[in-house]
Amino acid sequence: MTASGAAGLRSGRIVVVGASLAGLRAAEALRDEAFAGELTLIGEEPHEPYDRPPLSKAVLSGRLSCDHIVLPRVRNIDAHWLLGTPATGLDVPARRVELADGRSVAYDRLLIATGTRARPWPVRAGGGLDGVHVLRTREDAERLRGALVAGPSRVLVIGAGFTGGEVASVCRELGLAVTVTQRSGAPLTSALGGVIGRAAADWYREAGVDLRTDTTVQALEGDPSGRLRRAVLSDGTVVDAEVAVVATGALANTEWLAGSGLAADQRGVVSDGGCRAVTTDGRRAEDVFVAGDVARWPHPHYFGRLLRLDHWDNAVAQARTAAHNLVHGPGDQRVHRPLPAFWSHQFGRYLKSIGVPALADQVVVTQGALDQRRFVAAYGLKGRLVGAVAVDSPRVLDGYAALIEARAPFPPMLGATDGPAHLDPVDAELPGRAAGSASDHDPGTPSALASAASAHR
Amino acid sequence: MTTQSPPQPLRLVVDLNLCQSYGQCVYAAPTVFRFHGEESLEYDYAPDAGLRREVERAAAACPVQAITLSGATEPAPTVGGADR
Amino acid sequence: MTTSTTPSATDLFARALRYENRADPYPHYAELRRHPVMRMDDGSWLVSGYREIRQLLHDPRSSADRLDPQNKIPKAARSLLMQDPPLHDQLRRVVTQEFVPRVMGMRDHLGELVGRLLDAHTSDRPGQLDVVAELAYPLPVTVICELLGVPREDEALFGGLARRLTRGLDPVDTQTEEELRELDRARGELVQYLEGLIIQRRTNPGNDLLSGLMFHEGPDRVLDPIQLRVTLGLLLIAGHETTVNLIANGTLVLLRNPDVLARLRTDPDLATPLVEEVLRHDPPVQISGRSALADIDLAGTTIPQGSRIRLMLAAGNRDPHRFEDPDRFVPDRRENAHLGFGGGIHYCIGATLARAEAQIALTALARRLHAPRLVTDPPPYRENAILRGPEHLLVAFERLTPDTPPVS
Repeated sequence: MTASGAAGLRSGRIVVVGASLAGLRAAEALRDEAFAGELTLIGEEPHEPYDRPPLSKAVLSGRLSCDHIVLPRVRNIDAHWLLGTPATGLDVPARRVELADGRSVAYDRLLIATGTRARPWPVRAGGGLDGVHVLRTREDAERLRGALVAGPSRVLVIGAGFTGGEVASVCRELGLAVTVTQRSGAPLTSALGGVIGRAAADWYREAGVDLRTDTTVQALEGDPSGRLRRAVLSDGTVVDAEVAVVATGALANTEWLAGSGLAADQRGVVSDGGCRAVTTDGRRAEDVFVAGDVARWPHPHYFGRLLRLDHWDNAVAQARTAAHNLVHGPGDQRVHRPLPAFWSHQFGRYLKSIGVPALADQVVVTQGALDQRRFVAAYGLKGRLVGAVAVDSPRVLDGYAALIEARAPFPPMLGATDGPAHLDPVDAELPGRAAGSASDHDPGTPSALASAASAHR
Repeated sequence: MTTQSPPQPLRLVVDLNLCQSYGQCVYAAPTVFRFHGEESLEYDYAPDAGLRREVERAAAACPVQAITLSGATEPAPTVGGADR
Repeated sequence: MTTSTTPSATDLFARALRYENRADPYPHYAELRRHPVMRMDDGSWLVSGYREIRQLLHDPRSSADRLDPQNKIPKAARSLLMQDPPLHDQLRRVVTQEFVPRVMGMRDHLGELVGRLLDAHTSDRPGQLDVVAELAYPLPVTVICELLGVPREDEALFGGLARRLTRGLDPVDTQTEEELRELDRARGELVQYLEGLIIQRRTNPGNDLLSGLMFHEGPDRVLDPIQLRVTLGLLLIAGHETTVNLIANGTLVLLRNPDVLARLRTDPDLATPLVEEVLRHDPPVQISGRSALADIDLAGTTIPQGSRIRLMLAAGNRDPHRFEDPDRFVPDRRENAHLGFGGGIHYCIGATLARAEAQIALTALARRLHAPRLVTDPPPYRENAILRGPEHLLVAFERLTPDTPPVS
């Protein structure tokens, strides 16, 4: 620390790398926390911060233009903005961020909030063809929207996760023929498991989507002019399509941290529970913090496993926690322990999740039924409630949130009047589920960190 | 030092994790908020400034207070633009 | 009689509901809140903390069935206020789809109605106005009658029935045999009146809410004749008695805070957050009820399955753990996620209309009443403890001016 005491922490130079939701909210929170020093925001994208969730929904469908998804700035932050300026390197001992334009920016404390990007399709399998899209930025959305409006004979969506489902859903709204391939047996399985995934498969099929489960794309093929024409699938069949949307997950934007000594890779930047970056040898990096989609940290509620959450509210909450810890001394640090939550709009449904269903070993429908429009499913791990998913039932989820926070027994005895007479938990069918103990890469939660004020609501 | 700036355009965001689709915003400002499907809220982040009163009614009426309006008066950041 | 030094939940609750405390039950609610979840001697439970109430409002283990031992109405014939999913959800969708679109574009018309009611008392000399009798009461009666298509000449009859029936929402154990018999009579008269209206619409449907409910088209099952009557009764009572209290409570707090009244006069937009603060600070509906479908662990105690639960909404609204300086009326309070309209699946269907009526009525009073003051403070209160509000609200003024063009 270059200055000592609380006053020192409220002055100096803080640099935030990443000027999207987490970066913006962190900058605002720093000023809320009475940080009076110099504040710099560095952003790769040449835009004022905007919100990403509508890109795959209202923007893609044409109901909202990209000029109408700008995030409100909730307060003045009196900051240097370096937009359209990617960071290319970090020198931790020298406390400098290198920029693509050759400049470098010195800091006293640093917040990394560079987020993720869409995993690209390999060029050797046709990734360079005209008509192959990903969806992460407003330019991506505008390009894809343009391609959909042109009226392709068929759209291929690779991956039936949340983005894939939302894109397929919009395509059907636009009256376009859609084929969706999914490596596993049902949509959404890596997040919600096979049981709920099969219910989602019904939504796809009711909407007229050609859903190919247990199927991957071997190659995308184009015509001589380099335009996408068809996809060869793992079952040997060929799908003719002029547009393909690659929705196979996200990669953390951490290349610029290569050689910095931070524990960073495509899965994210590892931090401790207080949002402090961790080095490759397991120590805390001096004065470097992490927040948002790029962060992987040990969530105390989930057995200290490293979690990376691509969730909107995690970006906001972690930004606040990081901002607090950036300007407070060792005696007043917070642990980031939100109850994870996310939502999706697809096929006319509002799906909300809380907790971490992906950790579960069992699932049970507690309200409604899988073949009805509305239902709630509870997820358990080793006899404890760890998550819940509600479809078109947003007003009951808070009740489950409290039960998850209290580590209530699973299956939860609710007696809900719209629930089944007998709860019948089944295997949640989560493909990559590991044993639920502490992870192999756990930097631990230092006991010096005060126990948390929950960031949830 | 803060310089006096003209009022900023109307901007808003809804925390859709908090949102429980009560619909109070839709009823208060139907040209800004709407349901797409039975429970899925959609909205315009940058409505016309003339809708400010309706939007403020919507924000006040939200039972879970999920709507945040812009409060900054400093100019929007621009690419390669001046800092501050 | 108990020997312990702290009064029992039963005693505290009785004290909070005692008529002599009607004007200001809040100190007694604060006593209750010291234990946010308490068991009463009869085995029912009182919940008065914000967090705990919110939890139960959103909890699938909460049933809207009050398990009222005296309630002999069969489950199927109860209003959606006392229904659980899935029937509740179907009924609610039908009522919402018919009701809300009819009230959304109503602000200008509400302004006219308020203007008309106050015009009758315009005066350039000092005078008095009973805000309850002359504004707060007739406004929502007229609105709900217009919505349902009740002929104007029946408004007085209809409004009178609503008043008599409101008492039925109070705890049965606070009512006398005679009061219960009177309630039955009022219910009978209402049913009879509605029957006539329904028969008439069946052959001659219009654009009104009643016709909409009767001939609703959609995936959800249409209201059967019993549910139709019950729903109409609910809209009548819930749709107007609460609004009377909201306007009256709002007027009362404005008169007690002349600086706020002055601000509202110069800044009509203040009405938006101000009405939310009235809903928090002095809500028209003070108490709601639920029952436990399973054991519920809450605030370190367990409410057993099958228990009756009283949710002290008005106490939760003053919980210092949630609201800073909760007893203070802060007209532009931020993040005011109050419990005034309840929450969860039973959130007030009429909230939009109630807000608009109160915003417009309070703004008009602020604009048109000059040098108003309360004639008696506190004003006399009605008997009802749950739908609580002044019986009369006599305001003395220097002048009541004709309206200047309102700022929408």
